[in-house]
Amino acid sequence: MAIRTRMSGNEAVAHAIKQINPDVMPAFPITPSTEIPQFVASMIANGEVDTEFIPVESEHSAMSATMGASAAGVRAITATSSCGLALMWEVLYVAASSRLPIVMALVNRGLTGPLNINAEHSDSMGARDSGWIQIYAENNQEAYDNFLQAHRIAEHKDVQLPVMICQDGFITSHAVENITLWEDEPIKRFVGEYHPEHYLLNENEPMAVGPYAVSSYCMEAKKAQAQAMMNAKQVILDVAKEFEEVTGQHYGLFEGYQLEDAEYAVVAIGSVCGTIKDSIDALREKGVKVGLLKVRVFRPFPGKEMAEALKHCKAIGIMDRAESYSGNGGPLGAELTAALYQAKVTAETVNIMYGLSGRDVRVEDMEEVFGWLEKMAAGELHFDEYPYLGLRTR
Amino acid sequence: MRLIWAYVLLFCLAGKERKMRNLTEIRWHGRGGQGAKTAALLLADVAFQAGMHVQGFPEYGPERMGAPITAYDRISAKPIRVHSNIYEPDFVAVVDDTLLHSVDVTAGLKEDGGILINTEKSAEEIVPMLKGYKGKIYLLDAHKVCMATLGKYFPNTPMLAAMVKISGVMDTEAFLKDMEGSLQHKFARKPEVLEGNMKALRLALEEVKECQ
Repeated sequence: MAIRTRMSGNEAVAHAIKQINPDVMPAFPITPSTEIPQFVASMIANGEVDTEFIPVESEHSAMSATMGASAAGVRAITATSSCGLALMWEVLYVAASSRLPIVMALVNRGLTGPLNINAEHSDSMGARDSGWIQIYAENNQEAYDNFLQAHRIAEHKDVQLPVMICQDGFITSHAVENITLWEDEPIKRFVGEYHPEHYLLNENEPMAVGPYAVSSYCMEAKKAQAQAMMNAKQVILDVAKEFEEVTGQHYGLFEGYQLEDAEYAVVAIGSVCGTIKDSIDALREKGVKVGLLKVRVFRPFPGKEMAEALKHCKAIGIMDRAESYSGNGGPLGAELTAALYQAKVTAETVNIMYGLSGRDVRVEDMEEVFGWLEKMAAGELHFDEYPYLGLRTR
Repeated sequence: MRLIWAYVLLFCLAGKERKMRNLTEIRWHGRGGQGAKTAALLLADVAFQAGMHVQGFPEYGPERMGAPITAYDRISAKPIRVHSNIYEPDFVAVVDDTLLHSVDVTAGLKEDGGILINTEKSAEEIVPMLKGYKGKIYLLDAHKVCMATLGKYFPNTPMLAAMVKISGVMDTEAFLKDMEGSLQHKFARKPEVLEGNMKALRLALEEVKECQ
């Protein structure tokens, strides 16, 4: 039996943590993710979970302690946002290359500056090459469901990599919306017990974690890590299938909305996708064939699969909520455009910068974007520079 | 004959049903610390209890006590997917009348909707400050309601009740019943707080007055 209720995205993730009952959670507070460790601390005080909470003095320490616990052989999680993730930077790479199946709740917020607390993907996008799996959510339901699937993906023997479960700061983390929760027992059976193959506290198998590797070993270790990331694609799909058997919820590497016959498609990540769906319904009523490809999994990057799903489109708008300051667009734009080229998809493309520092995106803004795509396909519009959506002109 | 009356009754009910909006969008203006965000979240909560799809969310800036803040509600019979702020609300609540000087509270407000203002001032003083807004204007002296029932000034409780009444998002009796349930849960150890809050809600439903 499912439980229909209402809660914020942060509460939803906290509820997932309650059902998983992880062994260790070191964390340091930072807006907008602060509520997650707060809720967990309350659950511990109320005896609802027996997680060991470690208050630490910084995010560098939070990730280091999470790593230590995970290496010791237990389920370890943490939560952070923005500059907190930036302060973890060094340890993010160590955690991934040590092949530790850590799960982190990341509530996306822009990196400073200007100093701002609102939704942006510059934090997680900055960490896109750190070796972490990244899964994004459109709403509280997806943040909850994704978190429930994270341990199964991270701990799979073909993967053994840390996972970041991302949602948009404030837009979903602090918005109270309807949600369906799943009963404890089937979820506990789905998540299962964690029995690591190798771990530091195994007295029968003395081992070192994170030692120096000379050049003749380092490259092979990196290739093995890259292979694990590639393996993650199938594991994510397999875990999603099992999750669907338990809950009826369907998840893939990405979601297509009215995409199959779309002439003009937008590709985006996160909460904006709900707004895009409303704009698509409005335009479809007028007979315009528009669609959405919502990226759920950014790492591993499903480039081939996305190119295949987009190959029939006349024009594609690729939306980025993070500047790369490369002069060449944002991370999703750069990577998807490369994937389209490799797959010989010759649709017109434009990379669109939107929603930086929480800049609001309305249904009307998305209708404007689809208008651009129509004009691009007709040869009536060409962007010399990647456009900023909703940029004030005065 | 009896059948005809049944049809008439059915027609009236259907008519009432039609008057309910598919989607009601509400914008709250308050100052940090007055509970406008809490009121928005509570409204989402009671509307959920009434079987609706809801979205209650604050718009965050550099929040501090006394600074103007905005919060929003979407209440709908259908699932809500849009994740933008609300620019053309059906209703607006102003929790602090000093905001009328500095914030354009009627911006985008639909003329078939209404605005609810917490004020001790008269309609003659307030109406000219609303830039010729043509829709309905409701006033509530939440301070008076609070002092008569709670002995302390928590304007969000009476404003919540008044908003439920003027927006018609749910039946006021059902609202009172839901609130009693959730307040009982929240103040299990302080029954006197429960009673005061319930009185404040009931009095606010009586006190809110349409002045245009």
